[in-house]
Amino acid sequence: MNRLRAITPVLLLLAGISCGPQQERVTVLKFWGFGNEGEMVQPLIREFERMHPDIRVEVQQIPWTAAHEKLLTAYAGGSTPDVCQLGNTWIPEFTVLNALEPLDRFAGASATLQLDDIFPGVLRTNIIDSALYGVPWYVDTRVVYYRKDILQQAGYEEFPATWSGVLKASEAIQRIAAAKKKVAYPFFLPTNEWVPAIALGMQSGGNFLKNSGANGNFSGPEFTRAFTLLSEFYAKRYSPSGMQLITNLYNSFSDGVIVMYITGPWNIGEFTRRIPPHQQKLWMTAPLPSMDSLTPGISLPLGTSLVMFRESRHKEAAWKLIEYLSSVETSVRFYGMTGNLPPRRSAWRDSALASNVYAAAFYRQLQRVDPLPQIPEWEQIVIRLQTYVEYVATGTLAVPEALRRFDGEVDVILEKRRWMVENAR
Amino acid sequence: MKRRTMSLLLNSGLFLIGLTTLAPVLWMLSASFMPSGEAGTFPPPLFPSAPTLEHYAALTERLSMMRYFLNSFIIAGSVTVVSTLLNSMAGFAFAKYQFAGRDRLFGALLSGMVVPAQVTMLPLFLMMKEMGFVNTYVGAVIPGMASIFGIFLIRQFVSAIPDSLIEAARIDGGSEFRIYRTVILPLCKPILLTLALFTFMGTWNDFMWPLIIMTDQSNYTLQVGLANLMGEHVLDLELMMAGSVVTIIPVLALFLVFQKHYVRGIMVGGVKE
Amino acid sequence: MNAAPRAAAAWIFLSPALAVIGIFFVLPVLAAFALSFTDFDIYALGNWDYFRFVGFQNYVRIFETPLFWTALRNTFYFVLAGGPLSVAVSLGTALMLHSKLARFRTFYRTVFFLPVVSSLIAVAIIWRYLYHPAHGLLNYALSFAGIGPVDWLGDTAVAMPAIIVMAVWKNFGYNMLIFLAGLQNIPDDLYEAAHLDGASGWQQFRSITLPMLKPTTVFVVMITVIGYFQLFAEPYVMTQGGPLNSTTSIVYLMYEQGFRWWSMGFAAAIAFVLFAIILAFTLVQMLLQRSVKR
Repeated sequence: MNRLRAITPVLLLLAGISCGPQQERVTVLKFWGFGNEGEMVQPLIREFERMHPDIRVEVQQIPWTAAHEKLLTAYAGGSTPDVCQLGNTWIPEFTVLNALEPLDRFAGASATLQLDDIFPGVLRTNIIDSALYGVPWYVDTRVVYYRKDILQQAGYEEFPATWSGVLKASEAIQRIAAAKKKVAYPFFLPTNEWVPAIALGMQSGGNFLKNSGANGNFSGPEFTRAFTLLSEFYAKRYSPSGMQLITNLYNSFSDGVIVMYITGPWNIGEFTRRIPPHQQKLWMTAPLPSMDSLTPGISLPLGTSLVMFRESRHKEAAWKLIEYLSSVETSVRFYGMTGNLPPRRSAWRDSALASNVYAAAFYRQLQRVDPLPQIPEWEQIVIRLQTYVEYVATGTLAVPEALRRFDGEVDVILEKRRWMVENAR
Repeated sequence: MKRRTMSLLLNSGLFLIGLTTLAPVLWMLSASFMPSGEAGTFPPPLFPSAPTLEHYAALTERLSMMRYFLNSFIIAGSVTVVSTLLNSMAGFAFAKYQFAGRDRLFGALLSGMVVPAQVTMLPLFLMMKEMGFVNTYVGAVIPGMASIFGIFLIRQFVSAIPDSLIEAARIDGGSEFRIYRTVILPLCKPILLTLALFTFMGTWNDFMWPLIIMTDQSNYTLQVGLANLMGEHVLDLELMMAGSVVTIIPVLALFLVFQKHYVRGIMVGGVKE
Repeated sequence: MNAAPRAAAAWIFLSPALAVIGIFFVLPVLAAFALSFTDFDIYALGNWDYFRFVGFQNYVRIFETPLFWTALRNTFYFVLAGGPLSVAVSLGTALMLHSKLARFRTFYRTVFFLPVVSSLIAVAIIWRYLYHPAHGLLNYALSFAGIGPVDWLGDTAVAMPAIIVMAVWKNFGYNMLIFLAGLQNIPDDLYEAAHLDGASGWQQFRSITLPMLKPTTVFVVMITVIGYFQLFAEPYVMTQGGPLNSTTSIVYLMYEQGFRWWSMGFAAAIAFVLFAIILAFTLVQMLLQRSVKR
């Protein structure tokens, strides 16, 4: 197969010589996929090529760990692909570079792509200054995975809808465990994750930044409320304040040391595989609890989009590929191959997804996700937040002091942005 | 009696250290023959229950490892040939010629070894782009065509060659290049082999530069291809082990064949200052 | 023979290598040095209007960045713990192999050198698995000693030691060879004379082996320190600088700032601060050595 591909140029050349100018022109598209997805997408691409004999797609696999630097160097070197998958948190960065092609004109004219069928919160992450820069390929958000049986023992038939309910349930669970002389951390909030902190922050009103995104506002009232709630879980030992206690999440979950845990869709597969068979009926998923009366609580609009680079010289063909990969049928097949959740709501009516009891929580949650600040520095900021989660979890710093210091660090990161805002550029 | 205890202690110590050093590699070899999923079970199996070659087959069929192998070979081979030549000439010049600013120049070069190479990556990439070498073998080879360490190694070795040999060749009327070719190069054989092996291994094992400079997957090297296998949610452990075996074997074979020279060369380069 | 044509010949021999190093190494280094006085970043890359010369601002900012101090601490941890350990293991194995009592010396020499020639990516794949908290070989072995599972790469307290162990495993064979060479260069008659004088094995080691090995040791320490200060590849492939930056080294920080966040100016400044640190360290080492000689 590969040897055949290697001599294809020679064959094409020979064919060109014999057929002369009548030879049909084949458009060659470059598609970059990351890690495993770059490989899993291959059969879909082959089918796309069968449907469009005039388009050939060269898929290039980029290691996940080096994807970001590879894309930026490619931009600097003017060697970007035509189409690429891009985490939707990276879109602001590439629009600052003016590297992405706005897709509104294609999307408007498309017969198959219905933007209003896409989860609105996720779609909004692809829109910057009211222009569309990416089409969601698969979606991702965070929900709670929990042990049904243990919550039932604590008196909860349903998963608590609010955080105060979760705190009460945690207390009950810990009391029961203590009576049995067992260790229990009812709600596992890893200190090396920023997701719970940011989700709580969104629920308490967002406002992470101020002055048009030129300064940090993490010490403002909204995030302080969120961080205080988070710190309560550590202070009351509902969550371990270090990582060394939980070396194997799945074992701890199956032993009942951990009862609730916030994580993403890939863990449906992992839980199914790694929790022992006799315990399979004991775990369930639920949307995030809420800080107010509106349920479920807001979560993060994560996921991966398909983008077209401005430098592409085959934009029509590139759009066809984006349209094909993001279609309902393809995304359902892709779900079957990878477990990646489809962005189109109509795709969820497909039996494979509709019958998955664990996916239901994701469906409900995806209706309630809000966009994060769309600035290129955002990822750098939230990664730094992890350090402050640890400070608070271990009691090294009190919440107000931690957030004051964090804002100081955020302001250093945003220095350039501040200069641009001040000079109104 | 005391001697025998000493010998026993020493040899068992060596055995233990040897086992520790070898264990990870042996386990990799063993895991590469395990059926899919077996290596990820607990307790970790030491040997495959039913040895299989499927992962090696998958590497060549599914992941075009042969192509990567060839790319790695071409790039590492070219760098080795060119850099051995250039470094040996420069090292010879530093060792056996008197010219103004020689020691200062050599010192300046040595201080360059302290600069973290990563800092040059972006300017270098932009230069390659201006020169049109992005996504070409040339672009992958050029930055490795001479190395400060190589020059240093050769200079150390050549310094030890008696001047009288060179003077004798001069009296016989040999040109300077002839002296280099007929006197210096043959005497330098062990260090040249060392340097060549060293360069080949270094280039073969390099990951970052080929990743950045090669934009087409058909130009990827083995290391880049292998890094691709290291996903976030790793499932194909046995496949990755097979990939690791494939990347290690060629350099290992080279080392085994030439190790005598290699070891001698390193010893020469290391001892003198 | 006059010197002029010979100097010309020297330059002809030098010029190809110097040209390559000049164009593809020195020039990029100078460019990076120039960049370190600018705020070249993602905004400037997108639009040159956002490009500024900022003087020493990047250098000031380095010392205001908490992550830099973390990285500095981690790097010193790696150099001061990993460096001596690596040299000690190299010296120890070299002494053992040099002993006339040792058997299969060539075999062991090859085995010890095997990790040196292996590619780091392959090594990372193996070691990430050995270190796996749930089904890794290391935790399995430790479980027999009653030691509970350790999350080697996920726990901030043990991640750096885990990196150090892997780095020592990967690198000690190289220095071992250099030590072996040093040992072989010690004339046998020194030992014979000492033996006749009735010196014990330990006395011989103290008064002959160690002093004679000094130049070699100095060399090995020097290259080890320089190399270990530039720690990057191991955390890059094993931990991505984590968990919670506990394996973020200075070069890793530079790489992350430059290629992940694209703050190229800032990243370049970090590189030159490291350059200054290594240079200072090397100079101190040379001065110490000179004062000891006197």
